[in-house]
Amino acid sequence: MSTPILDASFALNVALLLMLVAIAFAVVRTRSLLAAILLMSVYSLASAAWLMVADAADVAFTEAVVGAGVSTIVLLGAILLARGETERVNWKLMIVPGVLAAVVGGVLIYAASGLPNYGDPASPANSHVGRAYLEATYRDIGAPNVVTAVLASYRGFDTLGETVVIFAACIGVALMLGFGSRATLAPPTEIPNDQHVVLRVVAKLLIPLIVLFAFYVQFHGDLGAGGGFQAGVIMAVAIILHALVFGLRATMAAVPVSLARSVAALGVVVYAGVGIVCIINGGGFLDYDYLFSPRVEAMIPANLLGDPNHVHHWGQHFGILFIEIGVLLTVSATIVTMFYGFAGRTIETIEAERRT
Amino acid sequence: MVEALHWIGGAFIVAGALLSILGAVGVLRFPDVYTRIHAASLTDTGGATLMLLGMGFLSPLGFVTLKLLLVWGFVMLTSPAAANALANAAYGAGVRPRIGTFQIMGDDKPGPASSGDGAAS
Amino acid sequence: MTWLASHFNYVVVVILMMAGLFIVFSSGNLIKRMIGLAMFQTSTGLFYITLSKVSGGTAAITLKADSETGRALAAPLDPAYVAQFGVDGVVYSNPLPHVLILTAIVVGVATLAVGLAIAVRVREAYGTVEADEIDALSRVAAEQAEPAP
Repeated sequence: MSTPILDASFALNVALLLMLVAIAFAVVRTRSLLAAILLMSVYSLASAAWLMVADAADVAFTEAVVGAGVSTIVLLGAILLARGETERVNWKLMIVPGVLAAVVGGVLIYAASGLPNYGDPASPANSHVGRAYLEATYRDIGAPNVVTAVLASYRGFDTLGETVVIFAACIGVALMLGFGSRATLAPPTEIPNDQHVVLRVVAKLLIPLIVLFAFYVQFHGDLGAGGGFQAGVIMAVAIILHALVFGLRATMAAVPVSLARSVAALGVVVYAGVGIVCIINGGGFLDYDYLFSPRVEAMIPANLLGDPNHVHHWGQHFGILFIEIGVLLTVSATIVTMFYGFAGRTIETIEAERRT
Repeated sequence: MVEALHWIGGAFIVAGALLSILGAVGVLRFPDVYTRIHAASLTDTGGATLMLLGMGFLSPLGFVTLKLLLVWGFVMLTSPAAANALANAAYGAGVRPRIGTFQIMGDDKPGPASSGDGAAS
Repeated sequence: MTWLASHFNYVVVVILMMAGLFIVFSSGNLIKRMIGLAMFQTSTGLFYITLSKVSGGTAAITLKADSETGRALAAPLDPAYVAQFGVDGVVYSNPLPHVLILTAIVVGVATLAVGLAIAVRVREAYGTVEADEIDALSRVAAEQAEPAP
């Protein structure tokens, strides 16, 4: 078996994985919850770097935004509300889990010796279905990014299920923590003094650029790395940045709670609606080739994508576009609603404690 | 000529990596929060700038160089703001510098007397 | 030793998985347990992406083999290797696990938020997030609720 260039990227792979192991041990050992949360943020960033080395550009993108951004914010909100600072350590409780982890880990490593070598191109995983998708995407869909094509078109039904799961998580958090609308009843924050002027100016510069970047990632999802999930999280991060710098009341005036929760539902409706339109036009659920009736398809100008001679699959292009918009709406509104739930409850609990 | 540019780019990237290591060593060795923030921001501004410059030498002139320039601009905008936010938060939490004093709006806030070295600003 | 070189990723994945599992089992703090669970979830993501990597491959965004990037990618590789394992002259990494893990990451953070919301409500109901204190308090509450026979 010829071994093409493996050495430099393998050394990088080993270095990044050792960093992950060191961070994981630090998280296990530390007793302070704040330190554990910030270490998890660094862990996510290091995993994103490792994912780029392993050629997973879309996944690295998602891990960097979600892990180092949203997950940290949600965890920080949780320890703020739960007043968690340090955990109490009971040494007797650690013996049995330690032995269990060692035994199970040993069995798993023994089992892993039967797995294919790292980078093996002839392994069963890389030979059959994976290769088939790489070969069929240009013929069936015409989009360069195979990950988006598989996600949105070939496995579109799974993605609908996952979008609904994200929406269900939104409802779950909102039912438990409330929508945060009582935050608007809190007294207005005092006039910010000059202490935070740098943050305010930089935030005012950056928030429009972040929103623009979210739209760029959304619409270039089928040409390069990107798509609805990453774009939704980036959009939500822009709104959260606004709330962190300017206060929750100002953000709720700009993006009201009712808008956030209706947009989350609207995203799922758009996604399923595309599937139903395909059924109406004679195909199966989410079968994008039937998205447009032939009369509508004849009205699309042939040079819309710049190349009038190449046969374009308009149904596939527009189908992927519409469902990615649905995913963007649901994901961004879910994360904003979850943030409102955590942050809004802070003000509520402070008010409740001030009253008692 | 292209070979020389590759060597120069590689040298810049190595220099940027060394600066980042120095920043990490500084975070571990410096005595208090404010000096550590200064050392950590060295990683972003010094290390990232040199590495981006090196990458600019390694790639052909074109779209990629423009993107690297934009990334550099973004890093220069956000990482000092982050360092400022950290320092603000530390000041708001009541952490005072262990060496030197603060001059804020004309008030001189002395460091805690228990630091022992009594260094004047 | 070559076994370790080719299976290093799997060993690290198992170590990270066991670290997460250890945190979940040994920690009494609800929030620390959620952190351990998040570590467990991301380690399985690492496992899938390890399986999908093809040596000499690039990210699964199709490009033309006779473009500048295509030629630069094929230059260090053996032409027979590219012909056997490449698609239209370029070797790609397997995109299917990337699809699975991409949605798994976003769903993971959504479920993390749900778990943390539960922890926050538990804190509001019992006043603590340590599992053994919650056990004791709920046992006391149960004894007070039903009268002893």
